[in-house]
Amino acid sequence: MEKLIHLTLRVWRQPGPDRPGRFHDYPSGPVATSLSLLELLDLVNERLTLNGEEPIAFDHDCREGICGACGAMVDGLAHGPKSETTLCQLHLRDLADGGLVVIEPFRALAFPLIKDLVVDRSALDRIMAAGGYVSVDTGGAPEANVIPIPQSDADQALAAASCIGCGACVASCPHASAMLFVGGKVSQLACLPQGQPERARRVLAMVSAADREGFGACGNHRECEAACPKRLSLRHLARMNREYLSAR
Amino acid sequence: MTIPNAGIPNAPLPEIWARFQETSPLLSPANRAKRTILVVGTGLAGSAAAATLAEQGYRVKVFCLQDSPRRAHSIAAQGGINAAKNYKHDGDSIFRLFHDTIKGGDFRAREANVYRLAQLSNAIIDHCVAQGIPFTREYGGYLANRSFGGAQVSRTFYAQGQTGQQLLLGAYGALLRQAAGGRLSLHPRTEMLDLVVVDNRVRGLVVRHLLSGQVEAHAGDAVVLATGGYANLYCLSTNARSGNVTALWRAYRRGAWFANPCFVQIHPTCLPAQGGQQSKLTLMSESLRNDGRVWVPKAAGDRRRAAAIPEDERDYFLEERYPAFGNLVPRDVASRQIKERCDLGLGIDGGRAVYLDLADAIRAQGLPAIRRKYGNLLDMYQRLTGDDPAHEPMRIYPAAHYSMGGLWVDYSLMSNLSGLFVLGEANFSDHGANRLGASALMQGLADGYFILPNTLGPYLAKAGPNPIDARHDSFRSSREEVEARLGRLLKIKGSRTAADLHRELGLLLWDHCGIVRSEAGLRAALAKLPRLREEFWGNLMVPGAGADLNQSLELAGRVADFLECGELVVQDALHRRESCGCHLREESRTEDHEPRRRDEEYAYVAAWEYRGQGQAPGLHREPLAFTLVAPGQRSYR
Repeated sequence: MEKLIHLTLRVWRQPGPDRPGRFHDYPSGPVATSLSLLELLDLVNERLTLNGEEPIAFDHDCREGICGACGAMVDGLAHGPKSETTLCQLHLRDLADGGLVVIEPFRALAFPLIKDLVVDRSALDRIMAAGGYVSVDTGGAPEANVIPIPQSDADQALAAASCIGCGACVASCPHASAMLFVGGKVSQLACLPQGQPERARRVLAMVSAADREGFGACGNHRECEAACPKRLSLRHLARMNREYLSAR
Repeated sequence: MTIPNAGIPNAPLPEIWARFQETSPLLSPANRAKRTILVVGTGLAGSAAAATLAEQGYRVKVFCLQDSPRRAHSIAAQGGINAAKNYKHDGDSIFRLFHDTIKGGDFRAREANVYRLAQLSNAIIDHCVAQGIPFTREYGGYLANRSFGGAQVSRTFYAQGQTGQQLLLGAYGALLRQAAGGRLSLHPRTEMLDLVVVDNRVRGLVVRHLLSGQVEAHAGDAVVLATGGYANLYCLSTNARSGNVTALWRAYRRGAWFANPCFVQIHPTCLPAQGGQQSKLTLMSESLRNDGRVWVPKAAGDRRRAAAIPEDERDYFLEERYPAFGNLVPRDVASRQIKERCDLGLGIDGGRAVYLDLADAIRAQGLPAIRRKYGNLLDMYQRLTGDDPAHEPMRIYPAAHYSMGGLWVDYSLMSNLSGLFVLGEANFSDHGANRLGASALMQGLADGYFILPNTLGPYLAKAGPNPIDARHDSFRSSREEVEARLGRLLKIKGSRTAADLHRELGLLLWDHCGIVRSEAGLRAALAKLPRLREEFWGNLMVPGAGADLNQSLELAGRVADFLECGELVVQDALHRRESCGCHLREESRTEDHEPRRRDEEYAYVAAWEYRGQGQAPGLHREPLAFTLVAPGQRSYR
């Protein structure tokens, strides 16, 4: 038999950016521990809908931890208490029976609130647009195996590139810094020969874009690394700092 | 009925694409800068196309319904991308990739398109490496390969289990680079709700901004739909929750033909369904079948733990039935075999699940080597189920995954409507009745980076600029229709949610038009679907209003289109009285119970035309000819 538990969800409700918000409690009733927390929110939303109330707005899409759309603070932790887990992968078996679960949106100056748990993270796209790519047009690339890349470099680049752009690093940082996010892309391309021609320009442009968007500076609290669902290592942030200093 | 003309240049297969490019008119850079292209969808096909068109000098507007273009569902593709590089020196070639893809599609794909896909496959890898995509490499620093279903060579390139993510982030980077350059504008959180067609030429589209509820029109010289597939028709699928058929369906209702709608792939290795509240069925990459062995207990009712069942009491049914391909048979074959075992009561604990077991591979290669290949997949499985696949075999069951069907396109990827191009999973062209693993990424990127950028110019050079702008009456009336429909959804105020009605539709289609289909089942579905649609339009409850973020309203609009599309899918399945690829008709089997294709009657693409609400759709048949590979009964034994 499926194990059942009871939870109380305390969810931040806010109709819009210019309207006041407040917490609202929703008892789960008996629910199977095999459900994910987002599936429980789906269930709560269906009940609200049938009662003629507005359901809780939240971003989500792939529900398998890779698209980066979902994200909220659960009991004060980005994506909840389980490490290396996105919100959509957090299951009720990871939570204590009978407990209160407090769910709030990611909060940061650069992530303006839209509604309930939905925030605007388009600032991350604008940082990427400043230089998070190799400037190569389609059609002129050389044969793929022309440049061998040491396996360890390729592995490090892939580890740095595993960022899903969810914003948990920002939401968990006391300075709302996006430096782990920036560091992932800078580090990925710094590890690879294809990233070399634009190496200096890229790190300067991306860091200054992050500043422009209102993200804070890194204070070495390391909350970002702990909150990152892909466990992006602080090493990438350190490499970005080196890249930045040598580029200036 | 007209016979669809694919516009394939008359030349031997290997020369067709070159002939097309050499004989097509060009559009000069100065003229490209005057043309606006509207691209809907930012997965691999959409992002690659939009970025490349902007590089070529077009003005490009890009729309996606997610908050960022990087979230499109291509991001979730795990296993890899095929290319005919033959780096492994194992007999691969462009011909071999073409051959495997045509055969894998059970001879229901268009030969010239598939040949071109195989020809372009190598350039994709070159381009992606140049973008800095961190593919997995061998110790010597050269690119690594592995095998996928339906192939006896190792031609799949990969970035651990995150290949789609890495390829999409490459295309997303290219897209943002063009946005920063100013030639391309991004419109996230924007959903296409109608296509504007005047005099059989596409002039633009109507979109709804999902935060403000604002409905607006955009005019352009061409529209590109790269909106993915419609496997969410089945409600529970491996697709992201936002996946929908609306863009395709709205285009269909405006005259675009829908081809082979019943060809929807059921992927064999997904997490089994449990409970009524589950929101999706996560896929476990096919690459796991390189090292994972699929089995069930030989005896029905054997409730022992997997480890307690001795080797000779296990049925490795894929290896036994298909010794040549073993666990790497194509997806349709594996899905049917798994379903058959479970229907016989041989599934794990008598239920709907079989084992995918890495134990032998771990013993032979060591856990670190297995983790190196599949680390993030094993972690994902553990996170979702609470079980560790290093110690317990994974439990899997088939789930709806990918739609081979889609809007009909000609060789230039243009639909029957002038100026409407359809790319990636949204079109029907390359996978026939079954897609091979690691071919979706290949097709999306071939369409986006290499095909459309070479076929759009010739179309525009011939068609000239679009003289109608968004102030034209047809845009206003289309906008009003969209607003009226949204208003209608909001006004019903009944007692069932769109999610609830979607679940009912999904179950109905899974039961009657899933892995196995029969005349009686399909007819039963056709009888039930109109009643479900009536229930929807009479008893739907959408809370809130239309003037801000309203996720219930978004879902309701998509489910409304699924309800109509589901009927076309069933009609197509009913009319095709043969078994081919994913489409198994009970009535069409060989003596040894294998699917029987009927080339003499069904070697064609079924392109359906909308004839109005309540009218039977019209059927156009595009005959399929095979010159290089003779259609044989597909065997993987």
